[in-house]
Parts: sequence; structure tokens; C-alpha cells
Amino acid sequence: MATTAALNTLRAGPDENGHFGIFGGRYVAETLMPLILDVEKSWGAAKADLNFWTELRWYHKHYIGRPSPLYFASRLTEYFGGAKLYFKRDELNHTGAHKINNVMGQALLARRMGKTKIIAETGAGQHGVATATACALFDMECEVFMGAEDVVRQKPNVDRMRLLGAKVHPVTSGSATLKDAMNEALRYWVSKAETHFYIIGTVAGPHPYPQMVRDFQCVIGEETREQLHEAEGRLPDSLVACIGGGSNAMGLFHPFLDDSSVKLYGVEAAGHGIDSGAHAASLAGGRPGVLHGNRTYLLQDDDGQITEAHSISAGLDYPGIGPEHSWLFESGRVNYVSATDTQALEAFALCSRKEGIIPALEPSHALAFVSTIIGDLPKDHLVVMNLCGRGDKDLEAVLPRLEKMDLL
Amino acid sequence: MSGYDANRLAALFGRLTEENRGGLGIFITAGDPDPDTSLAILKALPGAGADMIEFGMPFSDPMADGPSIQASSQRALKSGASLARTIEMVRAFRVSDQTTPVILMGYYNPIYTHGVQRFLADAIEAGADGLIIVDLPPEEDADLCLPAVEAGLPFIRLATPTTNDARIPAVLSNTSGFIYYVSITGITGTVAVPTDMVRTAVARLKKHTTLPVAVGFGISSREQAAAVARVADAAIVGSAVVNTIAANLDTEGQAGAGTVAAVVALIKDLAAGVLSARA
Repeated sequence: MATTAALNTLRAGPDENGHFGIFGGRYVAETLMPLILDVEKSWGAAKADLNFWTELRWYHKHYIGRPSPLYFASRLTEYFGGAKLYFKRDELNHTGAHKINNVMGQALLARRMGKTKIIAETGAGQHGVATATACALFDMECEVFMGAEDVVRQKPNVDRMRLLGAKVHPVTSGSATLKDAMNEALRYWVSKAETHFYIIGTVAGPHPYPQMVRDFQCVIGEETREQLHEAEGRLPDSLVACIGGGSNAMGLFHPFLDDSSVKLYGVEAAGHGIDSGAHAASLAGGRPGVLHGNRTYLLQDDDGQITEAHSISAGLDYPGIGPEHSWLFESGRVNYVSATDTQALEAFALCSRKEGIIPALEPSHALAFVSTIIGDLPKDHLVVMNLCGRGDKDLEAVLPRLEKMDLL
Repeated sequence: MSGYDANRLAALFGRLTEENRGGLGIFITAGDPDPDTSLAILKALPGAGADMIEFGMPFSDPMADGPSIQASSQRALKSGASLARTIEMVRAFRVSDQTTPVILMGYYNPIYTHGVQRFLADAIEAGADGLIIVDLPPEEDADLCLPAVEAGLPFIRLATPTTNDARIPAVLSNTSGFIYYVSITGITGTVAVPTDMVRTAVARLKKHTTLPVAVGFGISSREQAAAVARVADAAIVGSAVVNTIAANLDTEGQAGAGTVAAVVALIKDLAAGVLSARA
């Protein structure tokens, strides 16, 4: 990170080998190395090509529906009685989450590289649906790896993927969730190395994925900056986003990393509580290790075996986190906090009733954290929370729980 | 006497050249299906005809392995395997065998967690002869490869069908002992070894190095072992061995009197194939 220090910016990473400080890198089998180098080279060329961005922006506007609104949540603001709360409405994107921002970028890159077969992993199914969508649009073959447990708890998304023409592979190995889906997608990629492009859904994996996915998601933060300037004439005071792998958070935070007045909060999933051991908070409850191609904070035992994460949210149920988050955690620039399953469920119900917006369980974690600080913040304080997905997919899992909690 | 002997690998390949035959490398996972049975299998391997042992360090997320070795790792972890115990088993093996090379094979995270310097010291002291770490390509040499070279423990590199000519120099740098050629573009134990292509690939590697070339992934039968041993310096068999362990457990997943014997019978058959290869 010598360059970073020299330029006095937090936005210059990673270095040429994909490292954010000690995090990141390319910890993959030799079979994959030539492919990853190829992706890196092609991404470097695409990134410098104005035509690539012009085309991507066209899809942003006409297909995804960007810019997504920056919405003043007046009823919740009134309810909390403190700072002003804005939602960045990425749940209004085509396919219902921020995932499509990244997928359209990578699909265009795959097409540019002449690849017509796509693989992806998915947890909540949002990334799988987004990938299946882009593949339908671009006439590409699509195979999605999804933990067998997630196939059950996110059935509507499985149906959508199938309708869009994708083949869904349920993964039964390990804990049968996102981690295992990623293992299986990597194994499959090794066997199809020459023909397939792997669209990773978050800011993790081997270099250049953490950087590339972040760059595609930065549209969230760039729009937020512009829209809030229009609405309030200034920068936000606090930004809040939930974190599984951390792509929606990186996309929101990255354009603001050098604005030191802006407080950044990343909200991990605390499951049944950090002390219970049943959670998905890699930073709060893990330590650095190497998995899925990068060095980052991981949930693991004393022997370095990866342990199972737990969260009610399938999209956050991952024992790792993007390497840039690990770096921002150690540097102290971002505050990483957490919210439990129960807190997220309460926020899910609250947002539905107060704003008429049914949020996904993932951003419900972000809102749960917001609810713990916003009441004590001054009224002229501006909080922007990324509402990164909509909750339709979660109803089956959430409704029985809300009934039990007497919130229905 | 236990401990590291820099000459074990060199001595083996020297002997194989003298005898004009390819060697047989056998992969087992340390602690599969339980610590005692695994140690019994390990000790029985040389007598059954294994020239070299690839000793798998179990990992929860073996991303380059197929279902057989995944299951093998799971069995080992369930019965209490750990990196420290794996090293203990190497030490126990060295009490009775000072000639058969033992290569520790696995993934980086348990080593990173154990501590690189401590791991190298422990592995050398126990009598390991080299390392094969699947998720450490040349790009990440600073982590473990360079410290291993510094400590004098060979870091054995994997070359694959996707390793193009441009990458061969990187793959051959900082390595010693032998080159492990992965015969298929895929994971372990899923596709049969394409022996014609292996001949070409070994010849291509030999143009760039004087190191022996061992070939693995996809070798499960006596015939395949023989075909590979004809063109390479050694054939390595893994999934077929752990499958034999799995097939000889009772309904509770426990090893019985026949488990070790079944593995020994398989190794004898594979060894006969390798011995006949250049006859």
C-alpha cells in the first residue's frame, strides 16, 4: 500500500498483486491462475475503455432503472426522533437488489472476452437471479450453485432463476450454504476453465474480483453523493450498510473513504448474538485466514478449520468478508457493528409498517443498527442507509417468526 | 532416528532411475477414518509397495478436491484430526521408516493459523520431506514457499494443463524435489487420466527442468498407474485409496479388521501395475 500512503488516499487499493495491506491476494489452485490473470488483464483494458462504461451506463438507465432514488424516510425519521434518515433505494433496481449493478458489468466483460457460458454462486438467491437475468438478456448459458439449505429457504428465487433459463445446482457439501456454494462453483470452474466465466457476487475471491466488484458497485455511492448534494447541499454525516461479503457496503462507502467527516458503519449479522457463537460476524468474531482465493477475516476454529456461520439472512450467512473490509477494519476508517436475527426481524416489520417498504432481511440488519443510534443524533445530522434489497423473497421465512414475536 | 533428511526424495528418484521404473505415490488423509486406523494404514503403505506418501492435511473447505477426498477430510475432522496431530503421525511413522518420503499436502489456512515458522520447524523435525499446498500459486510465494525454501524444506509445485509456456518458469521457480503434474483440468478423482496427453505434457515440462515429474489426479486402476508410470517418474493415486477406506467401514462409519487389509490389497495391485510398466 505504498502508493496509498504516497497519495494520501484510502481509495488507491489494491496494489498490483491485489493486496489491501496484508489482505486480498490470489490464493487459488494453479489451474485457475492463468484464467484469473486473463480476467485481470481484460478488466484492466475494459476499465480504461470509455465505450465499455458508456454501454454499461446505458444498461444502468434503461434496464436496471438507475439512478435509484435517494428517499427521505420521513415517517421513520419522525418515529426515531433524531437525525434525518435517507434510504438509497437499490431495492428498486430490476431484480430487486444491488446485485445487478455488478452482474451487468461482469456480463459485459465476459461478452467482451468472448465467453458465453457463465457460472455463479448465490446465497439469498439475489445474485443468482441477477446473473440469470443478464444471461437471458445476453443469450448466455447460466449455471448457479446454491447451498441446498438456501434452495429451501429462498425458494421464490430458485423459481425465478429456473424461469429465466438458468440451471440451479443445489450444493449439499459442508453446511450447504453460501460458503459451500462458492467452493463448488470454484471446483466447477476448475473443470471448465477454458470456456466459462465466473461471475462472483461479492467483493471477495481472488484478485481482481474484490476490486472489480467494488468498482461496479461504486455507482451506489457516487449517485448518493450527487443526490444528497441536490437534496441537502452537502455530504452525509453517516452512511450505514449491511455486510455479508460486503459488496453493497463497499459500493456505498468507497466514494466517501477520503471524506473524513463522513462516518461509515458496516453492519454484520450477529445471528443469535456474538457471544452465542452462532453468528456471521467475521470481523467481530473471526480472525485473519485464507479462503476462497483471498486473505481476510474468517470464522474459524483454533486449527484453522472454517466454522459455519449463522444468520437468519441467507445473504449474510457467510463466514468471511471482502478483504478490503478487513483492511478498513484494521485501519479504523469504517466502524463495524452488528445486529441480531431478532433485531433484524423487528426492523423488517417496522420498515414495512412505517414506510410501506418491505426490506430484505439483509438491509433490515442495517436498519436495526440505525435504530440504535439515530434517536440520539442531532436533527441536522444526515444518515444514509443502503436499502440494498427488497423483502419479497423472505416472506416465507419471516412471517412465522413475526407472528411468534407478535409483530403481525 | 527421526527428523528431516534432505536426501530421502533425491534418493528415491535416484533409486527409481537405477531400477528403470516409475514410482508409486499414495495419498491418504491424515486421521481418516480415525487416528489409529490412519496410522496403521500409513505404516503399512511402504510394505505394500508405496514408494512415496502424500499425506493429506485435512481442511474443512478443500476447493480443489472432488467428493471422495472431501468426504475423507470430513471423516478425519470428525474423528479429531488437526494439523498438530498430522505432524505427530509423521513423527510416529519415522520411528520405523527412515527411507520413504512423506510429503505434506493440503491447503494454506491451517498452516497460516498454526504459524508458518512454527509449522516449518515442526514438519522438519517430525521428518516430512516436502510440501504441496494447493492454494499457494507462485504469486503468493512470500507466504510459505520462500520461508520453506529458506528452511530447506522442498516446496513442490503443481503444474496443470492450463499452465501455459509463459507460466512454466514461474511454476518451476523456488521449487525442488519434484514437479507434481495435475493430469486433468478439474478436481481430484472425477475424470480418468488422459494418458496420451500426459506423455506430451511430461515431455513439455522436461524441456524446462531436470526435476522428476510425478503425475496425479484421475489415476484409480492398476492399468492407469502402469500407463502413467511408463511416461512419468511417478504415478500418484489418492481418491481410489480413500474410496477403498470408505467402502470398508461399517454402517456406523467405523473401521474394522478389514479396513487396513483392503487398502494394502489395493496398493499391492497398483504397485504390481507400476512394476510391470517398463518390464
